Amino acid sequence: MSLARFASAQSNLFEGDEESMKVLVAVKRVVDYNVKVRVKPDNSGVDLANVKMSMNPFCEIAVEEAVRLKEKKVASEIVVVSIGPNAAQEQLRTALALGGDRAILVETNDELGSLAVAKLLKAVVDKEQPQLVILGKQAIDSDNNQTGQMLAALTGYPQGTFASKLEADGDKIKVTREIDGGLQIVELALPAVITTDLRLNEPRYASLPNIMKAKKKPLDILKPEDLGVSLSSSIKVLKVEAPAERSPGIKVASVAELVEKLKNEAKVI
Amino acid sequence: MAILVIAEHDNAVLAAATLNTVTAAQAIGGDIHVLVAGSGCTAAAEAAAKIDGVSKVLVADDAIYAHQLPENIAPLIVGLAKGYSHVLAPASTNGKNYLPRVAALLDVDQISDIIAVEGADTFKRPIYAGNAIATVQSSAPIKVISVRTTGFDPASAQGGSAAIEQVAAAGDAGKSTFLGEEVAKSDRPELGSAKIVISGGRGMLSSDNFQMLYTLADKLGAAVGASRAAVDAGFVPNDLQVGQTGKIVAPQLYIAVGISGAIQHLAGMKDSKVIVAINKDPEAPIFQVADYGLVGDLFEVIPELEKLV
Ligand SMILES: Cc1cc2nc3c(=O)[nH]c(=O)nc-3n(C[C@H](O)[C@H](O)[C@H](O)COP(=O)(O)OP(=O)(O)OC[C@H]3O[C@@H](n4cnc5c(N)ncnc54)[C@H](O)[C@@H]3O)c2cc1C
Repeated sequence: MSLARFASAQSNLFEGDEESMKVLVAVKRVVDYNVKVRVKPDNSGVDLANVKMSMNPFCEIAVEEAVRLKEKKVASEIVVVSIGPNAAQEQLRTALALGGDRAILVETNDELGSLAVAKLLKAVVDKEQPQLVILGKQAIDSDNNQTGQMLAALTGYPQGTFASKLEADGDKIKVTREIDGGLQIVELALPAVITTDLRLNEPRYASLPNIMKAKKKPLDILKPEDLGVSLSSSIKVLKVEAPAERSPGIKVASVAELVEKLKNEAKVI
Repeated sequence: MAILVIAEHDNAVLAAATLNTVTAAQAIGGDIHVLVAGSGCTAAAEAAAKIDGVSKVLVADDAIYAHQLPENIAPLIVGLAKGYSHVLAPASTNGKNYLPRVAALLDVDQISDIIAVEGADTFKRPIYAGNAIATVQSSAPIKVISVRTTGFDPASAQGGSAAIEQVAAAGDAGKSTFLGEEVAKSDRPELGSAKIVISGGRGMLSSDNFQMLYTLADKLGAAVGASRAAVDAGFVPNDLQVGQTGKIVAPQLYIAVGISGAIQHLAGMKDSKVIVAINKDPEAPIFQVADYGLVGDLFEVIPELEKLV
């Protein structure tokens, strides 16, 4: 993001409220964004064997925002939660190294739909009673863009989705949102749910000492049954296919040739 | 079976995305009703009534729906949804905002971003930045679906004469307030529905240099887009971002200028009919999806292109 916008996003944060808030951040373990996944030959899904896994990039932005709120003394405690396999502890440890205080893993090997995830998160919200819940706007594997909005519905909280700037102010939060036409600014009563967009901040890297410290921070592991949530889904994946390939194109040698092709061959100008 | 389509509009004008969503509803089959929720939205409702294939327009005209805040519009849709087999909305930032809230309140899963209808309960949707296409079947009693508009042709905006029926507002949730918006006014066509899109990337180097693309776009009647890198660098506003996490476009002609062709960018434009790539690096991945590739310095190519078209 531009430095000017970055600076104003920071200076506008409310500073120095000692009665500060607890923030819950949800993170998901996903295929690393640099990996180009391949569809399995039997069309049952994508091949994730031996593929690099990481924290979903939008979740990194969520963690970073929580850490900045804590640095500004707006947030008092950061609890990070993930719903996923045992290995998602890695992503939780990363979040702790970035500045989370403690972590909760709701362990399941099932590939859950967004509604089931939102129900589990709702159960965690009921226990933790955060003032602010920050999630990524979408996970780059399922590309659903649903969980934050669903959590907001289930908790009855207002939602500030696709946030590019947050300004906390007492019992309210002002959210600048990235929308199709530009930007929209809304004010939400706390507690609220926020989902992050790309321009909210630029996440930091964890330092080695912080990675070491994170190993000692508390990480609780729960099972979905402990939270009394039904994980049934009404959606069945029938098959997963590779997208249609584009037929190979050509290189043109000059601008004149390009224009000639666009006019006479492709007929698009 | 009846299908409820949620209209995208700004009270005065019905957005084109509504027409694509109606086409998706037609592919499912059934009576199609359109909900126009807004404030002073008579003009949008009248436009919706003229869409070919729509049998009824429901209008919720109230100040609380002026900006379609999800806290207010979701309960309205939930109240109406019970009578329908499907609820469809365009996968615009607006639809993406309120629709999952609707689904969760109805206690059903949502199917996001469908690009094809295989049957009344079976749909195709891209996952993993479009590197895989999933066919999913839903057994939900009400199927809540967001529609990727590039997957469906627009329904005809003329020819219909649906009845317009007022519905009562559901009340203000009182949890959110609209404070303002910064929406760029432009005479250029809308990025999502333009026939030609010219996008610039990090190779453009500055905001000023984008002027070259605007000039070319105006000559071709094109919209201007950008890569994430160009938006992050502040060359152009966020709403120009094309890609997995920005806008999805599928114009007749897409010209990528100084864009490398990362997976996330390709996810937003690779269904374009004809793709042109202009890049000085012959190895740039964008050339793998380009119908016509031109290896060269954009600062020489673009001015020349502008002269020749
Ligand atoms: C979670 C996540 C979501 C993302 N979502 C999106 C998204 O929605 N859309 C998106 O675009 N990206 C997205 N990205 C970013 C994406 O991974 C790439 O970083 C980005 O697309 C790169 O932009 P670029 O091609 O402009 O820049 P670069 O990759 O830096 O490429 C610049 C290109 O310009 C060429 N060039 C430079 N100078 C000239 C010249 N004078 N003449 C000709 N060519 C020149 C270079 O050869 C190079 O190929 C996302 C990333 C993440 C992690």
